Amino acid sequence: MRPASEAEVCDMVQAAGPLVIRGGGTRGIGRAVGQVLETSGLAGISLYEPGALTLVAQAGTPLAETEAILAGERQRLAFEVPDLRPLLGRGGVSTIGGVVAANASGPRRVQVGACRDALLGVRFVDGRGEVIKNGGRVMKNVTGYDLVKLLAGSHGALGVITEVSFKVQAMPEVETTLVGDLEEMAGLVALRAALRSPFDVSGAAYAEGRAMIRLEGLAGSVGYRRQALAAVLGGDWDVMEGAASADLWRRVRDVAAFADMAGAVWKLSVKPSDAAEIVASLAALEVQAIYDWGGGLVWLLVPQDDAGAVRVAVAAKGGHATLVRGLAGMTAAVFPPEPAGVAALTAGLRAQFDPRGILNAGIMG
Amino acid sequence: MEMPLPDAAILSRKAEIVARLLGVLPTDAVIHDPAETRAYECDALTAYRCAPLAAVLPRSTDEVAAVLRICHEMRVPVVPRGSGTSLAGGALPTADCVILGVARMNAVLETDYDNRFIRVQSGRTNLSVTGAVEADGFFYAPDPSSQLACAIAGNIAMNSGGAHCLKYGVTTNNLLGVTLVQMDGTIVTVGGPWLDAGGIDLLGVICGSEGQLGVVTEATLRILPKPEGARPVLVGFNSNEVAGTCVSDIIKAGILPVAIEFMDRPCIRATEAFAHAGYPDCEALLIIEVEGSPAEIDEQLARIKAIALTHDPVEFREAADEDQARRIWLGRKSAFGAMGQINDYMCLDGTIPVSSLPYVLRRIGEMGAECGLDVGNVFHAGDGNMHPLILFDANKPGDLERCEAFGADILKLCVEVGGCLTGEHGVGIEKRDLMSVQFAPADLEAQFRVKDVFDPAWLLNPAKVFPLEATASRRAG
Repeated sequence: MRPASEAEVCDMVQAAGPLVIRGGGTRGIGRAVGQVLETSGLAGISLYEPGALTLVAQAGTPLAETEAILAGERQRLAFEVPDLRPLLGRGGVSTIGGVVAANASGPRRVQVGACRDALLGVRFVDGRGEVIKNGGRVMKNVTGYDLVKLLAGSHGALGVITEVSFKVQAMPEVETTLVGDLEEMAGLVALRAALRSPFDVSGAAYAEGRAMIRLEGLAGSVGYRRQALAAVLGGDWDVMEGAASADLWRRVRDVAAFADMAGAVWKLSVKPSDAAEIVASLAALEVQAIYDWGGGLVWLLVPQDDAGAVRVAVAAKGGHATLVRGLAGMTAAVFPPEPAGVAALTAGLRAQFDPRGILNAGIMG
Repeated sequence: MEMPLPDAAILSRKAEIVARLLGVLPTDAVIHDPAETRAYECDALTAYRCAPLAAVLPRSTDEVAAVLRICHEMRVPVVPRGSGTSLAGGALPTADCVILGVARMNAVLETDYDNRFIRVQSGRTNLSVTGAVEADGFFYAPDPSSQLACAIAGNIAMNSGGAHCLKYGVTTNNLLGVTLVQMDGTIVTVGGPWLDAGGIDLLGVICGSEGQLGVVTEATLRILPKPEGARPVLVGFNSNEVAGTCVSDIIKAGILPVAIEFMDRPCIRATEAFAHAGYPDCEALLIIEVEGSPAEIDEQLARIKAIALTHDPVEFREAADEDQARRIWLGRKSAFGAMGQINDYMCLDGTIPVSSLPYVLRRIGEMGAECGLDVGNVFHAGDGNMHPLILFDANKPGDLERCEAFGADILKLCVEVGGCLTGEHGVGIEKRDLMSVQFAPADLEAQFRVKDVFDPAWLLNPAKVFPLEATASRRAG
C-alpha cells in the first residue's frame, strides 16, 4: 500500500490487518510481519524558513531532496543522518519520516544531540486511524506532553508518521579533523579528553586504528581551537581539512569499514569510558569495533551469532545493544530487552496508540 | 481560574491519611497543621492559593514510593513540588491533595567528568548543580531565570529553558536519565549515563509532563565544559521589524550566539527608570552574547557588527571590559523587577515563528490599547519565545480578569501565527483552558492516553495542563 495523502493513510490503517510501516526501507530493523504500508507517496517540503532555521516536510520526502534544499541555503540537518544502505545491503530511497522513526543520528550527536533533539513537531496516524499532531514549528514549546520525542525512534510502533518539522543548522564555514595514529586505549582516552575541553568538538571517533576529532565553525575560531586542542592532547596529530575531513566522517557515520565484512553488526550504547572494556571482554569472539560519540556508541562486528555474549557483556557494565545486521538464521531479539517497569510502560503506550496491535507488531520487545 | 471542588470524603479522612503518612515518614516530614500547610498554598503564580490537606517532605526514593503507595491506595490526589517557582501554577494544591515536596532530596550522587554527567537527587537547585562542578570547569546548561531557587525536579517537569538555550537546548536536550516513582509506588529507571535511553523514548515524554506521569527523584544530567569566555553587545533599532530582520540575518549567516535577547520601547523605558543601565531610547533593543576565547569572540562579534550595521542601528555598543558587559545585561536582568515597580504584572510565555515577530508585536500593542492595559515585551528573540509583561492593578476590581483575558488573546495570537501557548513555563493551571486553541480533541486525547498508562487513576497533579471538562470523566474514575 502506498497512500498518497494523510487521509488515505487513515483509511488504510482503519481497514488494515497487521502492517509493516516503511519509509524507503533503507534503515528499518526488526522483524515486523504484515502488509507493507509505504509513506513515499506523502512527499514535499511544506515550509522552509532559513532565517528561522525551520523546515517542515511530508514524511515520504526523500532525505536527499531535503538535504539538497537545505544545502541551497547553506544549511543542513545538524544530526548527520547515517546512510546504512551499504552496511545493510539495501537499496532504495531514504525518507525523512524513516529517519525520524529510526531517530537516525550520526557523529555530531555529541555536540548537537540526536534527530529527536532537532525534531520540533510531528503529525502521525495512530493505530486507530486517527490523525494526531504534537509539537509544532517553533524551537521552544512545552505545551502539553512531548509526543514528538515519543515518536522519534519509535520504529513505526506508535503510528505512521506523516509530517515532520525540524530545527536546522547553518553549515559551518570550515571543518577540520585532527587525526592521530594511536592504540585503541590511548585513542579513546584522547577522545574523552577532547570532549572535556572547552573547544566545542563536533565529532570524536576511533576507527581503523585512528583517533579522529572534528572541529567546525568560523575559520579563525577553528584554527585557534585546533592548535589549543592539539596542545591539550599532546602527541602528533595530522590535520585533515574540508572534503578530506568530510570523507573521514562519512565513513564513520555510515559504518563503512564493516560494509564489506561478514558478520553480525551490533550498535552498543554505553558509558564512554566502559566501551573499550566491554569490547575487550568479547575478544575471544574476534569482534571488531568502531567507536563514535567519544566511545558512547560502539559499532561491533561479531563474526558468529554470539548474541547472548554481547548482551551479557553490555549488561555487565550498563547500557544496551541493538542488533542492526543479523546473520542468516539468527533468532536473537533485535531490540534490547527492557527492565520490567520500562517494558510495562512501553507495552501500555503501544496498547493505547495501537489497540489492535497492527503497527509493526513484533518489533521492539 | 476554576479548580475542582475538593472531595469531601477525602477531607473527612484527613486524620487517617496523616496517620498513615506518619507511619512511613519521620514526624518532621509530615506537615498537617493548617498553620503550616499554608506555606504550600501557592507557587510563583501567587494570584491563586489553596492550602493542601497535608505536605510531605521525603528524603529518599523509597520514602517517595511509600507515600505514593498510601495515597494511591486511599485515592488521595498528589501534587509534586520542586521549589515552588512555577509561573504557571504547576504546584498549586487543591484542598484535598497531599503536596509531595522533594526539597530535602538535594544530594549529588555521582559526578563523572570523563563521561560528562552528574547524577543528583531531584530536589537539588538548578544553580547548585553547576555549583557542584564549576570548580572543575563544567556547567549545567539550562538556566531558567529562577535558577537560584528552582529545583531540577521542577525543571524536568516543565522542561525548563533559559536565556542560553539557543545554543545549548532546554532541559530535555540535557537529560540523560531519571528515576521515576509512579503513582502506585512502582520505581522505574529510564536512561542512564549513555546518550540514548533505548526503546520507545519514555524519557522524552516524562520530561515536560508537569508532574503528571510520576515523581522524578533522581536525574542524570549532561554537564558541559565551560567556554573560555563570553561577551555581549547591545544593538538599538528604531523599528521592531528591522530588529527582527537583523536577528534572522545573524542566524542565517551561520553565527550561533548563546543568547539573543529583545526588549521593546515600553520595557526599555521601564528598566531605564529603574536600573539606569544607560540604554538608548529606541523602539527595539537586542542583546547578543557570544562565547569562546577572546579571539573567537572578536571574530563572531565582527560578523555580527557587519550584519547589524547594514540595518542602520541607532546604536551598536560593545563591551570593552567586564563592567561594561555587566551594564549591557543590567537592564535586561532588571526588566521583570522594573515592570514590577510600575504595577503588578502577568508574564506570558508564548512562542512564535521568528518571522512573525513584527506583526505580533504590532498586534499586541493594538490589543493593549483597546483594553487599556500597558504591556512591555522582553524575550528570547533567537528562538521566538516571547515574554509579554502585562501591567495591571491587583487591588482594582476586575483588573486581573481583564489582564487574563488580554493574556489569553495574546496566546491565541501566538497559536494563530504558527506558534504555541508556552515556550518554557509550562501550562499548569494558567493556560490549561486554552489548550483546545492549540490542539484538536484527538491531539488532546492522545496525551490523555499517555497519562492513562502512567497514572490510570489520574491522581497525580490531576487538575492541571488540560481543560477541566475534557478530563472530568477520567479524574472522577
